[in-house]
Amino acid sequence: MVKTIKQVGCPYCGCSCDDIEVDVSDDETKILEVRNACIIGTNLFHHANDPTRPKLPRLRQPDGSMKEISYDEAVDWAAKALLKAKKPLIYGFGSTNCEGMSAIGRIAEKAGAVLDNCATICHGPSFLAIFDNGYPSCTLGEAKNRADVVVFWGCNPMHAHPRHTSRYSIFPRGYFTQKGQMQRTILNIDPRETDTAKLADVHLMVQQGHDYELFDAFRTVLRGHDIPDMVAGIPKETIQKSAEIMKKARFCMIFFGMGCTHSDGHNHNVDIAISLTRDLNTHTKASIMAMRGHYNIAGPGQVWSWQFGFPYCIDLSKGTHAHMNPGETSSVDLAMRDEVDCFVNIGADAGAHFPIQPVQHLKKHPFITIDPNFNMASEISDLHIPVRIAGVDEPGVVYRMDNVPIQFKAVIKGLPGVPSDEQVMDRIYERMCELTETKPVWLAAKEDRKYPESSAKVN
Amino acid sequence: MITQRSVEEGAAMEQGKTNPNYFVACSICEMNPEDMKKLGIWKNTNVRVTSECGTVIVKAIVPTQYCPPGLAHIRQGVWANQVVPPRTQSTGTPQYSGFPVTIEPAPNERIKTALELVQGAVGLWKGGN
Repeated sequence: MVKTIKQVGCPYCGCSCDDIEVDVSDDETKILEVRNACIIGTNLFHHANDPTRPKLPRLRQPDGSMKEISYDEAVDWAAKALLKAKKPLIYGFGSTNCEGMSAIGRIAEKAGAVLDNCATICHGPSFLAIFDNGYPSCTLGEAKNRADVVVFWGCNPMHAHPRHTSRYSIFPRGYFTQKGQMQRTILNIDPRETDTAKLADVHLMVQQGHDYELFDAFRTVLRGHDIPDMVAGIPKETIQKSAEIMKKARFCMIFFGMGCTHSDGHNHNVDIAISLTRDLNTHTKASIMAMRGHYNIAGPGQVWSWQFGFPYCIDLSKGTHAHMNPGETSSVDLAMRDEVDCFVNIGADAGAHFPIQPVQHLKKHPFITIDPNFNMASEISDLHIPVRIAGVDEPGVVYRMDNVPIQFKAVIKGLPGVPSDEQVMDRIYERMCELTETKPVWLAAKEDRKYPESSAKVN
Repeated sequence: MITQRSVEEGAAMEQGKTNPNYFVACSICEMNPEDMKKLGIWKNTNVRVTSECGTVIVKAIVPTQYCPPGLAHIRQGVWANQVVPPRTQSTGTPQYSGFPVTIEPAPNERIKTALELVQGAVGLWKGGN
């Protein structure tokens, strides 16, 4: 009989929708139907049924082909590669749970590695701006219940976060926004007329790469000063009208995305967006939020900030303490300078989503991929270790784009013999300890949960 | 040139990057029709996109989301990343959006598959599709 599982979390975008319903087969091995999710989430769940999903690690042979090996061999190979390397780079974590992110911390410390996550090619500049200027943010619930003016700056939720507008930002009826879309004014700033722009009341088609000037013009207008007739391709009147809409809002919510962080200006665009939010708060209530890309890409920022004090680009090669300096300790820069001599790609696809030159540099050294599926990184790796899919056949904690933690559940049983990210990383860590003849250090929470034999060794 | 997400790219990516849908969704360049006319490019024919750091063959299409003249868009993914400059302006984040490119007609050139591009770049491509 078909079983229906309700309140399932969707492991795709930063919306981390937790209202998905999934029908699974009686033996809980097949996903039959997915309801409420967007097309991307639906495809993701159905892809877990793919009978060609890898079930064993594969090691590249001298002739370039891949040969299946056991998990023990793979763990041993990875542990030795990490120990041998002077400065390994561990990157990814867009698509794993917080348990996996926490487990990798032990490996990174042991290996003296650089630990980085997908934010490095995504919202990294937002972190830099937030360090400098603070983060007057709120939760998506507050946006839904309070915001009557919503600004989408350099983001296109209709494509990148398909249910964002219906769950949180444009259409939903909230406590103080009971008329839903009728009550909200939408501003969109984007160089293209995107599908989000089509939903907006005012679309400011900014000249690509001139976001900073436009933010600056908004701040100038809000402070009562005059601006040139045309700023960043937008007429003065439109800017004044839009600034007035923001000022008269009861609650103005600014969402910003890759248009700000990927374009010229990078962190400075976000910096001035935060300053604009602060300025708006002298007139009304305003808040700002980064449109984080993956369902748990806020997770490593949280987990590693507890562990090491930094959210990304964490250099642990000193062996005594972590240091972080994007531009120096960031994945793409390290790769371009040929500074790392082993690369581990976990729950991400550096092969497809890094510019190709850093990939070529990284491939000069051992290249390991830990990911449930075949992807570009796995197909150029020396070692590919398949794992369970967090949020589909492995439960775990994830952080939504507004840094709200949500417990995701597994909807089907994992492939037999295939471990989770956390289990693979714990095994690699244990093997590294064996090889270096040191005692593994487990957190108290781990002691009786998974490794009772290891906890006995501590103290 | 800008390279950003699209729902078609996301939906195809989650079916697998070797899936033909991913090829169809991402190996394209969205261009303003006026620009196409100026450059002698017919819609739905192949073009060569060259940046400061690389070149890639993709299919030129009329934008699914309007691009003003002078702006082109390749959806994020393997094809886009053949031309994205890796320089990060000391932020760690490459210039995925807002880099200059030259686009020229290449109707007789073949668009490479994702695997061919990535494996080819690191000397692992063994031919075939």
